[in-house]
Amino acid sequence: MKEKIKSIIESIGLPRIIIFLFLVLLFILTPFVGIRFDTSINDVIIRFSMNGILVLSLVPMVKSGCGLNFGLQLGIIAGLLGAVISIEMELTGFAGFFTAIGIAIFFAVVLGFLYGILLNKIKGDEMVVATYVGFSSVAFMSIMWLILPFKSPNMIWAYGGSGLRTAISNEDYWIHILTNFFQINIGSHINFPTGTILFFALLSYLVWAFFRTKIGTAIATTGSNSNYAKSCGINVDKMRVISVILSTVLSAIGIIVYQESFGFIQLYMAPLYMPFPAIAALLLGGASVGKASIKNVIIGTFLFQAILTMTPSILNNIIQSDMSEAIRMIVSNGMIVYALTRVVKVR
Amino acid sequence: MKKQSLTKTMNPGVQFLINYAVPIIFTILVAFAIPLSGLSNEYLVREIMTRLSRDSFLILALLVPVMAGMGMNFSIVLGAMAGQIGLIFITDWQIIGLPGVLLALLISTPIAILLGYIAGIVLNHAKGREMVTGFMLAFFMNGIYQLVVLYGMGNIIPISNSRILLPRGYGIRNAISLVDIRQVLDKLIPLKIGGILIPVVTLLVIAALCVFIIWFKKTKLGQEIRIVGQDNDVARISGINVERTRILSIVISTVLACYGQIIFLQNIGNMNTYGGHSQVGVFAIAALLVGGATVAKANIPNVFIGLILFHTMFVVSPRAGRALMGQAQLGEYFRVFVSYGVIAFSLALYAWRKRVEKENERKKIMNYRKAFSQSSNTTGGNKF
Repeated sequence: MKEKIKSIIESIGLPRIIIFLFLVLLFILTPFVGIRFDTSINDVIIRFSMNGILVLSLVPMVKSGCGLNFGLQLGIIAGLLGAVISIEMELTGFAGFFTAIGIAIFFAVVLGFLYGILLNKIKGDEMVVATYVGFSSVAFMSIMWLILPFKSPNMIWAYGGSGLRTAISNEDYWIHILTNFFQINIGSHINFPTGTILFFALLSYLVWAFFRTKIGTAIATTGSNSNYAKSCGINVDKMRVISVILSTVLSAIGIIVYQESFGFIQLYMAPLYMPFPAIAALLLGGASVGKASIKNVIIGTFLFQAILTMTPSILNNIIQSDMSEAIRMIVSNGMIVYALTRVVKVR
Repeated sequence: MKKQSLTKTMNPGVQFLINYAVPIIFTILVAFAIPLSGLSNEYLVREIMTRLSRDSFLILALLVPVMAGMGMNFSIVLGAMAGQIGLIFITDWQIIGLPGVLLALLISTPIAILLGYIAGIVLNHAKGREMVTGFMLAFFMNGIYQLVVLYGMGNIIPISNSRILLPRGYGIRNAISLVDIRQVLDKLIPLKIGGILIPVVTLLVIAALCVFIIWFKKTKLGQEIRIVGQDNDVARISGINVERTRILSIVISTVLACYGQIIFLQNIGNMNTYGGHSQVGVFAIAALLVGGATVAKANIPNVFIGLILFHTMFVVSPRAGRALMGQAQLGEYFRVFVSYGVIAFSLALYAWRKRVEKENERKKIMNYRKAFSQSSNTTGGNKF
């Protein structure tokens, strides 16, 4: 019996169990501190649907052995470009949303291709270089947002200045286009974002199915043992580039879905630290530097977003001070440090 | 195939260009930006002098871990945190002037040693990816720092001075004035040359650190650190405790960074409690890399060349941005871009070269094996 419990704990992972128990405690506490249980659940679901695809986008690169995608900002930039251009074209509704995604995919493929080639040149040091490639591209795009010739009065500064605003509202274009798609209202406090969840499920399924195709299997083989893959006649470098493109495209779509739910397109330095929560969520779901699955994405995003939603509201009520920022930093970055210090095979 | 042969067959000129790509690009950049900014030479010299005394200690703190083969120590941020905690205490106790600075150094040293020890242990568990781990560790510790300073101080840790406490009674204010210790080190021996203040004592301290580092390389510990940096296995065979040596090198770096941050802040004269330390690592590392250092090799000239080039760019870029595009904001973003970009570029360049060299090595071994097996075939003995 003891052995069995031990093996169960090992298979689920101690961090996940601790976080899960903590979460259960938080949910139990809700009625006592005067927070509605159903609104909390609703917040968690909404946040899950917002962030799911961004977390999902990390999976292909982990599978191909490129490690955690600390350069997630490249995909985000492609997504921002898509969103901003679609608004410039004055497209609304589904047309606007899918045009944004289409344009974003185009940029993501180009950026992902270049990014993939770079990562092939620096095998073994992907993560630290990717971090700074991500950071510097965000700073570079900040310059671009200032000087690119956008004209839409909804996006540029009102007082005659040039350059885009730091946050652009997509309210008149495609806000909540997925969220309100077949939205299910349970009571007055739970609004289940059916469209967003379905879209996330669709992409998850596509990724899952992709890794069962011939190319997908080749990518997974590359990740688990690149020498073996080479001896099987797999073009390792090409597989890695494909996985990087896939990751970048998914993160571009991810940020558009995020904006669709959030209501604002955040430019300039806003994407700077976006990879870290996504990575932390994936790791919290049980992934490691060399292994990740859709299951990890779903569990991780749920746990992480639940912690993020619940801790501030509960703590604020108990000790009357907002420690959420510090706790968020400790949980998410601690998770990443923990994963980085786990022993994995040497390439 | 063409790229693989780059490092082997290139003539020395091209080799030099690749080795020093970052400093060369930077020199050109700065040479263009200075006239554009329209700043006077005197102003520039004064600014550079200030930044020389302010930042070089922090950059020098990076050298020891590079020697130990641990790359750029992104976790010097931990040292900066320790330094700031020391400064918070002396401000609370209202100890002013030079004694204040010395006491801050004294208080923060054990904290820095502890943090450095933790960082060393964590980095030992992440061999081969020390840099990204150090970077994430700095983020993680930032959370702990916030917890301690924003919620613990005034609550659990006794702080009574209402000037630095938040109105709610606990937690430290976002900005702390260090006017009581402002530039006490810089102005200890007042010296002015042509209207430019020379911070004699600070420069002497920095020079002493340089001498210390040169001396340290020659000590037994210094030698051991260098052997560990060359090859962990060789070091282990020769009886060196690799883990302990690596931890020591991080501890030294963290303590130096702690002193560096105190020197930095006594020059500035006020402290951003929650943001002051977070960029320390990035700027110090970017400056060192601009000076021509790599992940595996960094020396004292790299520190000063890098510091002068990097900070000249920092001073001139907002004005150059305004002159060029009519927007100062552009220059602001540009320098952020350059700081991050320089790190990305140098790390990528180094990683790429390392891979090419490894590949060449592998080929050499393969060729050798081929030749060997052929020769053994001809003699009839097929042992392999």
